Amino acid sequence: MRFKRKYPFMTTVDIQKSTKQDLYEQPDFYSLDDLLTEEHKLIRASMRDFVKREISPIIEDCAQKCHFPREIVRKFGEMGAFGPTVPAPYNPNGGLDYISYGIMMQEIERGDSGMRSTASVQGSLVMFPIYAFGSEEQRLKYLPKLASGEFLGCFGLTEPNFGSNPAGMVTNIKDMGDHYLLNGAKMWISNSPYADVAVVWAKDDNGRIRGVIVEKGMEGFSAPEIHQKWSLRASITGELVFQDVKIPKENILPNIDGLKGPLKCLDNARYGIAWGALGAAMDCYDTARRYSMERIQFDKPIGGFQLTQKKLSEMLTAITQAQLLVWRLGVLKNAGKATTAQISMAKRNSVEIALNIAREARQILGGMGITGEYPVMRHMMNLESVLTYEGTHDIHLLILGAEITGIPAFK
Amino acid sequence: MKILVCITHVPDTTSKIAFMNSDTELNKAGLTFVIGPYDDYALARAVEIKEAQGGTVTALNVGLAETEPTLRKALAIGADDAIRIDADPTDAYFVATQIADIARKNGYDAIFMGRESSDYNGGQVHGMVGEMLGMPSFSPVMKVEIEGTKVTLAREIEGGKEYIEASFPLVLGCQEPIAEWKIPNMRGIMSARTKPLQVIAPVSQENLTSGGHYELPPARSGCKFIDASEAEKLIDLLKNEAKVL
Ligand SMILES: Cc1cc2nc3c(=O)[nH]c(=O)nc-3n(C[C@H](O)[C@H](O)[C@H](O)COP(=O)(O)OP(=O)(O)OC[C@H]3O[C@@H](n4cnc5c(N)ncnc54)[C@H](O)[C@@H]3O)c2cc1C
Ligand SMILES: Cc1cc2nc3c(=O)[nH]c(=O)nc-3n(C[C@H](O)[C@H](O)[C@H](O)COP(=O)(O)OP(=O)(O)OC[C@H]3O[C@@H](n4cnc5c(N)ncnc54)[C@H](O)[C@@H]3O)c2cc1C
Repeated sequence: MRFKRKYPFMTTVDIQKSTKQDLYEQPDFYSLDDLLTEEHKLIRASMRDFVKREISPIIEDCAQKCHFPREIVRKFGEMGAFGPTVPAPYNPNGGLDYISYGIMMQEIERGDSGMRSTASVQGSLVMFPIYAFGSEEQRLKYLPKLASGEFLGCFGLTEPNFGSNPAGMVTNIKDMGDHYLLNGAKMWISNSPYADVAVVWAKDDNGRIRGVIVEKGMEGFSAPEIHQKWSLRASITGELVFQDVKIPKENILPNIDGLKGPLKCLDNARYGIAWGALGAAMDCYDTARRYSMERIQFDKPIGGFQLTQKKLSEMLTAITQAQLLVWRLGVLKNAGKATTAQISMAKRNSVEIALNIAREARQILGGMGITGEYPVMRHMMNLESVLTYEGTHDIHLLILGAEITGIPAFK
Repeated sequence: MKILVCITHVPDTTSKIAFMNSDTELNKAGLTFVIGPYDDYALARAVEIKEAQGGTVTALNVGLAETEPTLRKALAIGADDAIRIDADPTDAYFVATQIADIARKNGYDAIFMGRESSDYNGGQVHGMVGEMLGMPSFSPVMKVEIEGTKVTLAREIEGGKEYIEASFPLVLGCQEPIAEWKIPNMRGIMSARTKPLQVIAPVSQENLTSGGHYELPPARSGCKFIDASEAEKLIDLLKNEAKVL
């Protein structure tokens, strides 16, 4: 394909650090902080400081230049942002609850959805399946390195011809006695061009979906970058191409088969997105609120006009509702009771309000709203991917619809 | 090496400050409290020294139970244990007396403080503690290097820097760039759960000062932008409105 370049590693990009101070303050209109523990609040404050120090100064330039700041992987690792619910010894930084995980995703996505994508894929889509479905050897071999950021991972489910319908996948493994041969291709894979490890879903000789751990450098395996994205520009996305890749038998995840394997991973990642997209929404709201107090038109701040106040009031209402929804989902998740349909509702709702808020916020910022001076347009464009990946906006309606009526309408 | 780091529990620097009870008391509603920014630098340097040379770091605050999350954060950043002197700190001499008392009992090689608190900005406690303990005290310290028993300090003075050699025990009031302030990571936050936080009753000491009332500074007026082609207008405004020319 024309828009592919083979060696993303050879590009050198000069990223300018912004001197603009990130003044973000989180709205908490209903004092929902009272529902959090002191430790949750410390985790949030620490992640916010981290984002303000490591992400905010560079993210706009990275997005403008379509550059993935690779050094962030190590920094996330040191911070403990990868797979925080995976316990020690597999993750020495791990052992936190799901509300902590949600808070971390929220703070990172408040900075940028692409950065959150890197962290969600690593934690929920790579570490989680290795932890939940892997052998003890696989856990010890990969998890500490993924947790520290020494390894970057990716998750290969979507194929060029099978997106919303992953059960139709054609990527497959053939049993050759002492090893498997992997063939096929995956598309739209976050992190793939730089990934050291890929958790790939493929059909075995019986047509059952199995999880395969593919390592960088295996013969016949390549991961070309997908270029010219208008969304998640600071995150790297690519393909996974497998041509007779020899897979040792010990690289198959032993404790899972069938579509429920990848779907369980998606439950965890979508849960994080429900918190995360709300972070982007709050950043847009906070930016618009501050701007509306500073920008004078017709001799008064634009925040003093009823039409602006309507926008801000509706934003804050939607944010407050979503805050309560994701917090409750977190409590259910901690108790092991959050269902796939509940997670679908929260993921869909957070992304929807975030996109609406981004669009309204952009209007409040007037012409400034379309520039990189403010984060709003970047969030808006990022959220278009978040709307589509991890189950499209409409597929979540079908998941909820099946739950409500008992009648699946997928096909 | 035993280091005591004294930390304050202060409103976040971006907080909007309001008063109550006829402007005699800070209204704490809705404020987020943090480790004093200068204390954060002091703590970061103390933790670096411990990590390089071994030893222990104790974080101390004179304050009520509401300050415990701030001490917990100091533990997450790398302090080994924490002490809270259970008293409402409204007087620098009182606070210094409490710190000196603990220091006498526990015997620290160095006491790290911030150059000043960021709420009341007294800049007094380190000097008082040094005096009470008969130890030298230095502030504002921008650099501290330790080699055996020799301590090299750089201190900010009017128009330059002063380099000083000292030895233990001593008291330091720190400021940037003594170290980069630290963000606790998740491992630190979890390890802080089980680190000891001791609550100790204060020794009796009367306050030597008492507060009057507070006043907010006048609101800042907005910026006026004047086109480069209208330099006379700028001069006119500087002369007649700002009255600075
Ligand atoms: C930036 C980015 C990163 C991604 N990262 C990853 C990754 O790391 N790993 C991975 O495996 N995948 C990843 N994806 C892929 C993503 O999950 C898919 O794009 C998504 O599942 C949709 O698949 P599709 O693009 O093939 O769209 P399609 O499935 O072709 O859908 C097109 C449209 O048809 C609608 N549609 C489909 N079926 C139905 C139906 N039954 N009823 C009604 N409407 C329907 C959809 O809602 C959508 O609007 C990523 C995508 C993007 C954009
Ligand atoms: C009228 C008045 C009312 C006050 N009310 C309150 C109140 O309600 N709640 C409150 O928390 N404070 C209150 N304070 C602040 C309290 O007085 C200070 O802790 C103490 O007075 C030292 O302040 P300072 O500005 O002189 O500290 P500085 O001398 O500027 O502080 C230098 C360093 O000393 C150390 N230090 C200072 N104070 C403490 C402390 N308490 N614990 C540990 N280390 C410390 C820190 O390392 C600090 O960086 C009040 C102060 C005044 C004057």
